Amino acid sequence: MGVKQVVKGNFATAVAAKLARVDVVPAYPITPSTLFPEQISTYIANGEMDAELLLTESEHSAMSAAIGASASGARVATATASQGLKLMSEMLFIASGMRLPIVTAVGNRALSAPINIWCDHQDTIAERDSGWLQFYAENNQNALDLMLMAFKISEDRRVLLPSMVGLDAFVLTHTMEGVDVPLQEEVDEFLPPYKPVYTLDVKNPMTFGSFGTPAHYMEFKYQQWEAMENAQKVIDEVFSEFYEKFGRKYEKVSEYRTDDADIIILTMGSMSGTARAAVDSMREKGIKVGAAKLTVFRPFPFREIKDLSRKAKVLAVADRNISFGFGGAVFAEIAGALINEKEKPMLIDFIIGLGGRDITQEDFYKIAEISKDAIDKGKVEKMVHWINLREVQ
Amino acid sequence: MASDELFTSGHRGCAGCGMAAAVRMVLQEAGPNTIVANATGCLEVMTTAYPETAWKIPWIHAAFENAAAVASGIDVALKKLGKREGINILAFGGDGGTYDIGFQALSGMLERGHNITYVVFDNEAYMNTGIQRCSSTPFAASTTTSPAGKFSIGKKEKKKPIASIVAAHDIAYTATATIANYRDLKKKVRKALDAEGPSFIQIFSPCPTGWRYPSELTVELSRMAVETGIFVLWELEGSDMNKIKVTYWPKERKPVEEYLKMQRRFAHLFKPEKKTDILNKIQEEVDEKWKHLEELNEMAR
Repeated sequence: MGVKQVVKGNFATAVAAKLARVDVVPAYPITPSTLFPEQISTYIANGEMDAELLLTESEHSAMSAAIGASASGARVATATASQGLKLMSEMLFIASGMRLPIVTAVGNRALSAPINIWCDHQDTIAERDSGWLQFYAENNQNALDLMLMAFKISEDRRVLLPSMVGLDAFVLTHTMEGVDVPLQEEVDEFLPPYKPVYTLDVKNPMTFGSFGTPAHYMEFKYQQWEAMENAQKVIDEVFSEFYEKFGRKYEKVSEYRTDDADIIILTMGSMSGTARAAVDSMREKGIKVGAAKLTVFRPFPFREIKDLSRKAKVLAVADRNISFGFGGAVFAEIAGALINEKEKPMLIDFIIGLGGRDITQEDFYKIAEISKDAIDKGKVEKMVHWINLREVQ
Repeated sequence: MASDELFTSGHRGCAGCGMAAAVRMVLQEAGPNTIVANATGCLEVMTTAYPETAWKIPWIHAAFENAAAVASGIDVALKKLGKREGINILAFGGDGGTYDIGFQALSGMLERGHNITYVVFDNEAYMNTGIQRCSSTPFAASTTTSPAGKFSIGKKEKKKPIASIVAAHDIAYTATATIANYRDLKKKVRKALDAEGPSFIQIFSPCPTGWRYPSELTVELSRMAVETGIFVLWELEGSDMNKIKVTYWPKERKPVEEYLKMQRRFAHLFKPEKKTDILNKIQEEVDEKWKHLEELNEMAR
C-alpha cells in the first residue's frame, strides 16, 4: 500500500525516479519540466536520494551525458520538453541506436514559432521515429506509474530501448492531484536494479558507437525494429504485473462506453477525461458515442486499434499535434494501421488544443456532430477539421 | 610496435597521419585503465568500422559535438557505481569537434570540474569531410571552403587560440604538444592525467592529406612548426596566462617561410609570385608572440 499525496505531475515523475533508484540524472531545466531537476536536487540535498545530478549546459549535453552514463551501466533518467527535446533530438536517435534504456519525462509543450510554453503533443510526436518507446499520461498517477514501468520495459533484454513518458504541460506538470505514491519496498520488488548486458569496463574493453558501413547498418536497424516489436509483448507483461502488484490497470488502448457506439473519439493525454465526461453527457441525450485513450504510441498498438475499429462507424481522432502537409500524426498512424482491414470505420481527424488552447466538452460535442454528419451522408467530405479555431484573416 | 599497445595497427588512417601517432603516444602513457569518449571525425571513422576496432580499451563514440558531455556522463556514472577509482577518463576530439561544434560541451565540462583529460588532435581543418575551413585553420591556409584564388589568399582570419581559451576556465592543467617532441608530450599527458580536475592538451597533428605534403614529413613538419615558433610548446596550471611555462625554446627560430613552403595548402604564397606581404605578416605575428613570451620569461626570473 502506497501513501496518498497531493502532488504536481512533475513531482510524480521525480518521485518515480527516486523510487526507481536512478543512479544518474543529467538535466537542463526547461519550462514546464523544471520542477523535475529541482525536486531531484532537493532529494539529494536532503539525503533522500543517492544519485548523481549532472547539470549540463544544454539539453544536447544532458542527453549526451545520459548516453555516457547509461553505457557505463547506470540507471539514467532526465526530463525535458519542447525546444529542449528538439535540441536533444540528435542524441535521441543515438541513445536508441546504442540500445540504452534511458527514461525521459517530457512535459508535452508546443514548439516555436511562435514561442509558446503551453500544452500540445508536437514535441514528442515529432520524435515518433527516434526509436524511443512513447507513453502518454492522462493524470499525475499515470505519470508516476508509467515512469516506473518504463524502466522495467526499457531495461528488458528483449527491448533495450529508451522510453519517454509524456505528461501535458501545466495541465499535469503544474497541477496538484491526489497520487498514490508506492512504498520503496514495493517498487524494489517490482523493479530490480538495472543489470546491463555490456558496459564501458576496463576489465572487458569494448567499442561502443562504432562506424556502421552499408554492409552492417541495416542489420542494426532491423534489430532495433525487432526490439520495438518485442516491446509490444513486454509492455503487456509489465502492465499486468503492475496491476497485480499495485492494483492499477493500464492498457495500450483503454475504451469507454464503446460497445454499442457509432462514434468513437480517440484521445491522448489529459484531454481523455474531458472526452469521457463529454461521452456521458452525449449518452444522456441518446447519442451513441464512446471514447478511447491511447496510452502507448510507440510501439504503435496495431492489434488494439484494429479491435477498436470494428466497434464503430466513425473513428474520430483528436490530434493534439499537426503534421503540416498531411494532418494529425495519430490519425495518420491509425489510417495506416487499418489499411488492410476489409471492414473499417470512416476516419476523421480533428486538430485540437494546440499551444495550450483549452479542450472542453463542447469541443467533443462538435467532433461528434461532424462525425454524425459523416454517418448520415455515408461519406467523409472533409478529412481534417480544426476544432475551436478563431476566424483567421 | 610493442605488443602492449592500446591503439593497435590495422586501422584505416592515411599514411603519415599525425593524429594516429599522437593517439598511440597518449594511450602509451595513460595505460589500460582508461576509458575514451571520442567525437565524430577521422579518428572514429578510421578505427571502428564494425565489426573491427583498433581500440584495446573501452571506447565510446556518440556524436560530433559532445565528447566532453559523454565523458562527463561516464565520470558521474562510475562515481555513483563506485568504479571511478584508478580510471582515467579521456575525451578525444578533432579541431572541428573541439574549437567549433563541440566548444559549448567542452566549456560545460571544464566549468563543472570533471576529472577528465580532453585531448584535441588539431589538424587545422575539417579533414574528415574533405579539408574545410575551421576556426583552427591558420591565416592564409587554402581549404576547400577558403580556397586561394585570384581574389583570395586563403583563410582570412587567424587561428583561434583554443588552449588559452580553455585555460581561461581556470582548470587544473593546460598544455600544447607535438609528436616530434615525444618526451615532452608524454610528460604532459602524465601531468594532465595526474591533475585534480579538468585538463586539456592540444596536440598539433599534421595531416598529409589536408595540408598536402609527402606523408613521410609528418614528424618533420611538427618539428618545423615548433622550430619556426608557429606552434609554441607550453603548459599552465590555472588561468593566469602570465604564468605560462614555455617547455621548449627554439635556439634560433627558423623563418616561418621554411615551414609554410613545405605544404601545398600555402603554395599560393610562393607562386606564381611570392606574396611577400602575407609572408611578412605571418612572420611579424610570430615575432610579436615570441617577444611577449620572452618578456613573460624575463619577468618570471
